[in-house]
Amino acid sequence: MTGMRTPRHRARGLGAARSGTAHFWMQRVTAIANIPLTLLFLALLIALIGSDYGVARAYVANPFVAIILVLLVISGAFHMRIGMQVIIEDYIHSLPVKMICLAGNTLFSAMIGVVCIYGVLRVGLGS
Amino acid sequence: MSVRSRVRSRPLSPHLQIYRLTIPMVMSIAHRLTGVALYLGTLVVTWWLIALASNANSYAVFQDFLGSWLGRIILFGYIWALFHHMLGGIRHLLWDIGLWIDLPAASRLAWATLIGSTGLTVAAWIAGQSLRAVLP
Ligand code: HEM
Repeated sequence: MTGMRTPRHRARGLGAARSGTAHFWMQRVTAIANIPLTLLFLALLIALIGSDYGVARAYVANPFVAIILVLLVISGAFHMRIGMQVIIEDYIHSLPVKMICLAGNTLFSAMIGVVCIYGVLRVGLGS
Repeated sequence: MSVRSRVRSRPLSPHLQIYRLTIPMVMSIAHRLTGVALYLGTLVVTWWLIALASNANSYAVFQDFLGSWLGRIILFGYIWALFHHMLGGIRHLLWDIGLWIDLPAASRLAWATLIGSTGLTVAAWIAGQSLRAVLP
């Protein structure tokens, strides 16, 4: 395909989104990380359903549990941001609306990530 | 045949509504929907962590919500979405490395995603309920 792309554009090889396969790859790396982390999270959930405040805090304050949760939040926040970006790009074609949605997606994912990490650390490091 | 009718009779890309639904198609849509559900569900996870970091009172409010019928449905649905999206994601990763990408294998994988996620969710739910009696 010769097409209308400039030689410089082709040489950079980064395609229309100007970031090449970085997002695709990040989605895969976070997906792999999410597998063990999610399984541990589900195990925690099963152990905690219905238990009282003190017990729940003690579980999350355990360093192993706290570190797993922080890792899951980091991996999950990146993963959900890229995933939702793909969905937005698939369905929203008006440029201004798309830009607003993409920005909102990034802000939402970052906020969820920061607030969750704050919560875990506050329990884990004692408040 | 005029030029016009020859142009007319070329095959068109069919609309989504007239495709016969196949199990890999439905599971592909389900992967996207569970992704969106998990995305929104992070709000509940955030609520849980902030309540936990705050005090016994706010934790009780959160637990009352999760214990309500709506809360239980959300929790069950969230666990199912997690298992389903995880198995669906593993399926994607297998395809990425070129495994089981032929049609019969893809159909079997799709069924495995559906049956596996439902079975695992029920197992997790039963485990959660029965551990109540044993754990503190
Ligand atoms: C449990 C482990 C998980 C695995 C193995 C996994 C795997 C994947 C993979 C491989 C994709 C790309 C699918 C494609 O290319 O069409 C994807 C998409 C997505 N994931 Fe995950 N994921 C996991 C957890 C999560 C979590 C916890 C969330 C949200 C908080 C999430 C949200 C999404 C979203 C929104 C998409 C986009 C869906 C789409 O494009 O149709 N995932 N996931």
